[in-house]
Amino acid sequence: MQPESLITPAHDWLTEVNLSSGESASSCYQCKTCSSGCPVTFAMDILPHQIIHMIRMGLKDEVLKSASIWICASCETCTTRCPNDIDVAKIIDTMRMTARKSGVKLGEKRAAIFHSSVLQSVKTTGKLYELGMIGLFMLRTSGDLISNIKSGALMEDLKVGMKLFRHGKLKLIPKFIKRRKDIKKYFKKLKRGEGA
Amino acid sequence: MKVSYYPGCSLHSTGLEYGESTEEVCQILDIELEELKDWNCCGAGSAHCTDERLAIELATRNLSTAEEAGLDLVIPCAACFQRFKVAEKHIIEEKKPVIDTPYRGKVPVKHLLDFLSEENIIETIKGKVEKPLTGLKAVCYYGCLITRPPDVTDAKKYDNPENMDDLLTLLGAETYSWSYKTDCCGGSLMLSRPDIVTALSGKLIQKAEEAGADCVVTACPLCQANLDTKQGMMSKIWGRKVHFPTFYFTELLGLALGSPKADSWLKKHIIDPRDLLKSKGLL
Repeated sequence: MQPESLITPAHDWLTEVNLSSGESASSCYQCKTCSSGCPVTFAMDILPHQIIHMIRMGLKDEVLKSASIWICASCETCTTRCPNDIDVAKIIDTMRMTARKSGVKLGEKRAAIFHSSVLQSVKTTGKLYELGMIGLFMLRTSGDLISNIKSGALMEDLKVGMKLFRHGKLKLIPKFIKRRKDIKKYFKKLKRGEGA
Repeated sequence: MKVSYYPGCSLHSTGLEYGESTEEVCQILDIELEELKDWNCCGAGSAHCTDERLAIELATRNLSTAEEAGLDLVIPCAACFQRFKVAEKHIIEEKKPVIDTPYRGKVPVKHLLDFLSEENIIETIKGKVEKPLTGLKAVCYYGCLITRPPDVTDAKKYDNPENMDDLLTLLGAETYSWSYKTDCCGGSLMLSRPDIVTALSGKLIQKAEEAGADCVVTACPLCQANLDTKQGMMSKIWGRKVHFPTFYFTELLGLALGSPKADSWLKKHIIDPRDLLKSKGLL
């Protein structure tokens, strides 16, 4: 009889991750310093030291589908404190890139959409056009509208947004850099599914 | 003295008063800021988790322009500063991917706080303080990316930085010690997970209050925005009115140097800090 769910470890994955991140997940001895110092563990589904361990176990799908890889605030505390010099934040960045490319269902879509909305603005103007980025983000996350109204978050954001606008801190007209072709060239190197 | 200046996107928008106060302070201190020609967004929190090459290229394009200018490069935004340092180390250490943009790694890259804390500038500041910040009780909040990771930022005191405390003490303010100087405010989760940002920034506000301070001082447009704009949500969650002023260190420096423009910066905050300053006779 087959068990209800089968875990299929990807045995080569550790080598792949070490190669693509330039880090050595293999040298982790699970001291949990990364997870102890991480400020966002309260919102994570798996903890940073568990991510590293799961990479070593070949649990590819489980890591790539996790919300944690997107919840990471890139504060670099784990990287700074790791006694084995593992750049944990860089491994998490690598997980985000791999997750996007692999086409799995992302564990925290809003964060991924935020980053691609920012980069869409950079790609178009060469700078961050806040109002455009916010508009794009809201459009792409419109499914969350009702819950944002209910929690009062939308009202609060609108109040803050209006105040920022009144003080000239959100510009209507985007600024463009002159040599936009430089920026376009950088983005062209990205493959489908990556970036903006 | 003349330096290259990379304001970054925030200082022309949500961190407008940080940009204005930086320019004013430098003018008073006879520091000429030469804005990098045709600079682009460095991709800050978003490029590095999307594509490493893209992140390095976006920052290096600006570094390359700075190298042509041949001056030290000063950056007020902690997130931009750290991305420039990452690119610098990437090039110097000849890491992969190799990129096309020409840069030899010869430009000293400095965060504005570290730059203004250099000995010769501190001496100039000492001689120009007109309105000491007597009575102001502050905690200094350095955030994540001015110091971390230290092998990228070259920060010596990365867990307990002190130069903002020293500067504010020099200006006459009272700075309080607290354990949250380099804790995270939630950074770029601002739009995607405001609940997390409210929790992290809320903790900072709470701990600043507990330390006995009546304001928090920052050196990053993302930190200031998170601490300043989420207090409405904090009020809702905590069931009490939260009104805790958050300054940029350059605003307080400008105020102490006697700039008449201070009011025009401070009125742009979501949490208006002017009443606090008036109550201490500082504005």
